[in-house]
Amino acid sequence: MPAFLDDFLFTYESLVHSLGVNGLLALSMYVVLAMGQLSLGQAAFMGIGAYTSALLTLNVGAPFPLVLVAVMITPALGALIIGAPTLRLSGVYLALATIGVGEMLRLLYINTPLFGGALGLSGIPRLAGIIWIYGCLAVGLIVFVFVARSRVGRAMEAMREDELAAGAIGVNLPRYKLGGLVVSAAIAGLAGALDAHVSSFISPAAYGFDAAVTILSFALLGGIGSPFGPVLGAIILTLLPEALRPLQDFRLVVNGLIIVLAVLFMPRGLLAWRMGRLAARPGGASR
Amino acid sequence: MSGAALLEVSGLTLGYGRSDVIKGVDLRIASGAAVTLIGANGAGKTTIMRGLSGLLKPRAGSIVFDGHRIDGLPGHRVARLGVIQSPEGRQVFSNLTIAENLALGAWLLNDAREEARRREGVLARFPRLAERLDQSAGSLSGGEQQMLAIGRALMSNPRLLLLDEPSLGLAPLFIEEIFRIIEDLKREGRTILIVEQNASAALDVADYAYVLQSGVIEIEGPAAQVAADPRVVAAYLGG
Repeated sequence: MPAFLDDFLFTYESLVHSLGVNGLLALSMYVVLAMGQLSLGQAAFMGIGAYTSALLTLNVGAPFPLVLVAVMITPALGALIIGAPTLRLSGVYLALATIGVGEMLRLLYINTPLFGGALGLSGIPRLAGIIWIYGCLAVGLIVFVFVARSRVGRAMEAMREDELAAGAIGVNLPRYKLGGLVVSAAIAGLAGALDAHVSSFISPAAYGFDAAVTILSFALLGGIGSPFGPVLGAIILTLLPEALRPLQDFRLVVNGLIIVLAVLFMPRGLLAWRMGRLAARPGGASR
Repeated sequence: MSGAALLEVSGLTLGYGRSDVIKGVDLRIASGAAVTLIGANGAGKTTIMRGLSGLLKPRAGSIVFDGHRIDGLPGHRVARLGVIQSPEGRQVFSNLTIAENLALGAWLLNDAREEARRREGVLARFPRLAERLDQSAGSLSGGEQQMLAIGRALMSNPRLLLLDEPSLGLAPLFIEEIFRIIEDLKREGRTILIVEQNASAALDVADYAYVLQSGVIEIEGPAAQVAADPRVVAAYLGG
């Protein structure tokens, strides 16, 4: 590795890690928003993944690839349990229900010795790295690009546009909603585990309401027309505080201002173009 | 009314919260017939539509479509059986193009050639849409959106087409055109249920009519007979 790259990575290692982790979290938000649902449970699912991975690595000594599989399954099961009763909810109500779950979990972590209480868990070996994080992000992006262009992607887009009309053309709404929530939970869990295994320390505070809103803002800023939008939003919102560092105490104010302006003037996000637009070929089929 | 019943509704009761909106309604739609359900605002017409298409679970009664009980089935299952609703208020996918809206109408179909064939049919019926395939549906006028909504429903080749207030909020010329299209569909043998506030246009096109008032069927009969009923003339036809 050239020396300058080495230096760069040494200085900015944690930033490079968070860019990738936040990119994955943005993808997990994308899945839910892309079908017109609003979940504020992404931080909670991330937390389930982080704690599951930390406990498996620290207490069981499970091999890392196996841990990564487990951290996708546990939050996905959580999403199934939450999803079944909350599926009938939509919009703001699903968001509220998922906030509630996040808070319950946060209190559970704080009050359970197994989870290290308010101090969290430390000394997690640094088993993940740039390759793992960006490998997962790349796989996620590629899969979603294919999904967005598929029949499933079209159903998701129809749901986002108008749920009632999507049902009227025969889209199985409950299955799509639950499936979306489960997939999104699995990705968030993966992001949480990778994060835990690069920062070597996790605590309940990182998976609260603030984090949920930050993840949502990745997708809102970037736009949900394609999976690239939320990832772009995550990159910008992760870099922005660093770029604004000279402003010192004002940087969060400016950060917030930039988000407000972006949402006001670009309601469909920075990347407004849609994936998988169908051509209007005369008599042409759509797939 | 002749012919075997494609849809047979008996004792249908629907409601929201504590109140029943539809109180034991019987409907029968023969295969190939155009039936209309007319009634004033708030009589419960749209509620019946929601019940028929599986969006609202009936509290009592049964809905039998082609020998299958469909009451209580979720909306997508009902759609799969061929009961397709063109929802009230022209719910087209407004950010998507017209071509995409039509393609979504055939979402249940997994046969590109058949989809292309149906699309040709829809575009021949609605030449206005053919000129604007690449435009977003939201940019269409109200009447064009209604055409798109009907076109999208036709893309699934419905066995029973439910049209919820197709004339709602349209200019008179468009209303005429929409009803001409409904007339064509009927001539081609499609089974249609039209829910309408515009009673005179609906009675003109339909074979059989039901008049809904406060959640019960007040009058029913062949459309011409219902149109001549003094109560209907007084209340709905402005006679």
